[in-house]
Amino acid sequence: MNTLIFRTMVGPIVTIMLIFSAFICLRGHNAPGGGFIGGLIAAAAIAVLGIAGGATAARKALRVDPLAIAGFGVVIAALSGLGSMFTGSPFLTSIWAYWPLGETTVPLSTPLVFDIGVYLVVLGTLAAIALVLEEEEGP
Amino acid sequence: MNFVLAGLVGLFIATAIYFLLSRSLIRMLLGMVVLGNGINLLIFTAGRISNDAPPIVPGGLEQPAGAIANPLPQALILTAIVIGFAMFSFLLVLAFRAYQAMDAEDTDRMRLAEPEDAPRPPLSY
Amino acid sequence: MGLSLDASIVLMALAPFAAALLAPLVQRIAAPFAGWVLALVPAAIFVFLLGFIEPIAAHRFVQAGLDWVPAYGLTLSFFIDGLSLTFALAISGIGALILIYSGAYLRGHRHLGRFLGFMLAFMGAMLGLVLADNMLALFSFWELTTVTSFLLIGFDHSRQAARRGAIQALVVTNIGGMGLLLGVILAQQLTGQWNLSGLRDFGDAMRENPVYPVVLIAFLAAAFTKSAQFPFHFWLPNAMEAPTPVSAFLHSATMVQGGVYLLLRLTPFLGGTPAWTVTLVAFGGFTLLWGALGAIRQTDLKQVLAQSTIASLGLLVLLIGLGTELSITAAILYFVAHAVYKAGLFLVVGNVDHGSGSRDIVTLGGLGDPMPVTFIAAALAALSMVGLPVTAGFLAKEEMYLGLLGPDWPQILVLIVLVIGNALLAGVALSIAIRPFLGSLLPTPKVPHEAPIAMLAGPVVLGAAGILLALNAGRLGHDIVVPTIAAVLGVAAESHLTPMLDFTSLALWLSAATIALGILVHWQLAPIRSTLRRIGTALGWTFDHGFDAAMFGLIRFAGAVTRLLHHGRLELYLVLVFAGFALAVLVPVFGMGGLEALLPNAELGDWSAKLAWPQLQVHEWAVLAMAVVGLVAILTAKSRLVAILALGVQGAAVALIFLSFGAPDLAFTQFMVEILSVVILALVMTRLKLDERDYREFEDLARDGTLAVVGGTGISLLLMVVLAGAFDPRLSDFFAATSVPIAHGANIVNVILVDYRGFDTLGEISVVLGAGIAILALLRRRRAAP
Repeated sequence: MNTLIFRTMVGPIVTIMLIFSAFICLRGHNAPGGGFIGGLIAAAAIAVLGIAGGATAARKALRVDPLAIAGFGVVIAALSGLGSMFTGSPFLTSIWAYWPLGETTVPLSTPLVFDIGVYLVVLGTLAAIALVLEEEEGP
Repeated sequence: MNFVLAGLVGLFIATAIYFLLSRSLIRMLLGMVVLGNGINLLIFTAGRISNDAPPIVPGGLEQPAGAIANPLPQALILTAIVIGFAMFSFLLVLAFRAYQAMDAEDTDRMRLAEPEDAPRPPLSY
Repeated sequence: MGLSLDASIVLMALAPFAAALLAPLVQRIAAPFAGWVLALVPAAIFVFLLGFIEPIAAHRFVQAGLDWVPAYGLTLSFFIDGLSLTFALAISGIGALILIYSGAYLRGHRHLGRFLGFMLAFMGAMLGLVLADNMLALFSFWELTTVTSFLLIGFDHSRQAARRGAIQALVVTNIGGMGLLLGVILAQQLTGQWNLSGLRDFGDAMRENPVYPVVLIAFLAAAFTKSAQFPFHFWLPNAMEAPTPVSAFLHSATMVQGGVYLLLRLTPFLGGTPAWTVTLVAFGGFTLLWGALGAIRQTDLKQVLAQSTIASLGLLVLLIGLGTELSITAAILYFVAHAVYKAGLFLVVGNVDHGSGSRDIVTLGGLGDPMPVTFIAAALAALSMVGLPVTAGFLAKEEMYLGLLGPDWPQILVLIVLVIGNALLAGVALSIAIRPFLGSLLPTPKVPHEAPIAMLAGPVVLGAAGILLALNAGRLGHDIVVPTIAAVLGVAAESHLTPMLDFTSLALWLSAATIALGILVHWQLAPIRSTLRRIGTALGWTFDHGFDAAMFGLIRFAGAVTRLLHHGRLELYLVLVFAGFALAVLVPVFGMGGLEALLPNAELGDWSAKLAWPQLQVHEWAVLAMAVVGLVAILTAKSRLVAILALGVQGAAVALIFLSFGAPDLAFTQFMVEILSVVILALVMTRLKLDERDYREFEDLARDGTLAVVGGTGISLLLMVVLAGAFDPRLSDFFAATSVPIAHGANIVNVILVDYRGFDTLGEISVVLGAGIAILALLRRRRAAP
């Protein structure tokens, strides 16, 4: 698997996968996609990175411990639900805000934050599993 | 069509049961994956399947234009798939560690918790 | 008055528990005086309760309650009437003396603080038991006394005998506790009353109810085990493994009287029937004689007292069974007299043990000289036990004889039993007071010395109390006896108690005869004892041995069952699981009419439609075929790699099914998961040296195959039945209709996940994270310890 072609192509492939995963995650509210599937794609990207350049290199590229990413995801998903405290509605009730940006408006909402939390959890956990298994394979 | 899928679900479950009854750890793991898929299909089929459009409202409309597939089982299955995968990974690693620790993959030879020569309960106060 | 009456009563009932928690701390701070300090709690309760004597003697009824589980109409309610006041006064008064005593008796013991805490907790439970109005509270306190008594008997837990005694008491009294629970629930179901005070009005209806015998047996099981009636008496002597203050408090004056209290309390509800009278009198009478003879047989002073306690409890049960005004009067007086003198005698025995190092009546003698105060206390208490005039014991005996002066032969029979029992107990009392203290000084393990003041206060006060109560017989009758009779029998009695002697009464002469017989017994104690011992040896079997046999049989049985069920073969466990699963799916299909939805019925037209070849597109057939091929390939795979790839094939087929039927999100997710699964499986499996064949014996193959086919078919049929039924689309339609207007999302599945059911999803991602952490922990541990 450590062919030259693979190692050369891995950079662009991983980049495209990560961007695509973010895109899938963000558009998920209105079209097929969402945090789960986006997170899976991103995790697959990290796994590919690990296979190509070794788990240590992949960790270095990530900079953050993947499990920390997952923990962060759970935290922001839970925090997104706290916003409803201020409107006096039950936990996790959604709040919407529209941000005009030139020609178009960007809808911001707590479900979006929640979905990003889901994305980060799936990404972080699965990447952590994949990397640790790849490390085990080593010498 | 629904009934055909019902039959397929049965086939999944039967395969899964057969694998889970194996004494080989890794076959039990395969059985877990098949079982998960079978149960997901079960939920999917029980929510009635059709060739209708995906449950996505076309842009600009308030409600779906025509008949759509039932969204509720899909939401349930989506999380089930991801959780199922997480649990599968966990079981896999657990089996791996059990294999390393006990040098056995036959479940009959993994008797750490219930040793063959367990002492009898003491007959005193 | 700052606190409301309600609150102060509840506070009083709970104060001992608070003190129990503080006991170890108090012990550490005020080590030499811990007993004195902690005794302030029961002493204060005693004084507080004294204040209730007047209102209750004036027929006022005090009730107090706090809401407990308001949803079920349950209140933690207490009530004080003559009966509960009598018991509560005994508990708190004797309790205070015993705490003072304990502090000195166990001075320097490593766990003194713990011991005092247990004692206080027990006291709280006992107070709660006699003050509780709510029957569930009664049951809870009842069980709490059992648990605390277990802790106290087993206090010296390094000795096997103590552990055995503790377990025995726990088991026997807990069986009774279950009876109490059953009785309480039955009584509530029959009357709709949770409160003891409310049961009184249902007595007549209850006595005619066909379920009455069951209720009676349930409650009697509780009372007889707690109060050590034959044949449940054997736990009490073994409970003497406890330190002496425990025996004095729990096993003479309080806990064992719990059953007596229960019987008195239930007299208006259950009492008065022939079944009640005959059962109580028969068991009580037999227990009286059994215990009295047992007391003579023993030479260990504590055992003598334990056996005599059994006898006294039998006497009380007998008197309650008779149920007349005089016999209840006698029961109350005897309870008071017995509590006072028996606790006193136990403490005396503690002093003797403490001062001389021996408790064997045969090896003791002449201790009156070195231990004069103890001797005086012993003599006072024994006088009351013998029943000499001007003692509380005498008053009780007069009343019980007075109640039985009649011409009927059953009365005469009971009277004879009473006289013999009392005479035997009198003989025992004389030997306890005389043998160790008079005569020439015999050598003992320790040089005999008098006990410290804290250990003398209790015996002396209790001994004197027996006399003082009798001297104030009028007040005793007015303050204690009459209100208690009002509580038990519901009649306003007139007290006729007096310390004076009435020489015209036959009862007095019966008393005299009893005492004379008692002296005879005392005189001939040694020969009687050796005769009894010979009989006992000839019998060879005791209830004690029976208990051991039952317990060990239970343990062996449990071990056999465990080995049968926990055989350690995983696949057999799973066979059971899947057999149960197959049953669970097949029963609704075949047993509960599910099949009728599938089979042809009157409308044959429908059936032909069902038979029609499913209308599927070619690509859908292809996908289904792919799934089947994948499954078969895993089943028949000869190598690991093929199995893993086949697993991927069936997963991909599932994804394609999702895609064909309007679930693109699911399809994508499933694809990604399948890819990752295959990768991870490949990563792990290449490192395992696994046997590639799935070898099974033919029987196993047949068994597993049958289970698989049955389970799979069952699921299929069940699913078909479900599909043949009507579909309720309300929830799905709601999501479809509101997704855009309310939740501003066009992808309904995603909206359900992150908005409608966001809390669910939050839980699910937490599970994913948890699985990840667990995996890392499993793998890192190996790296840390290679």
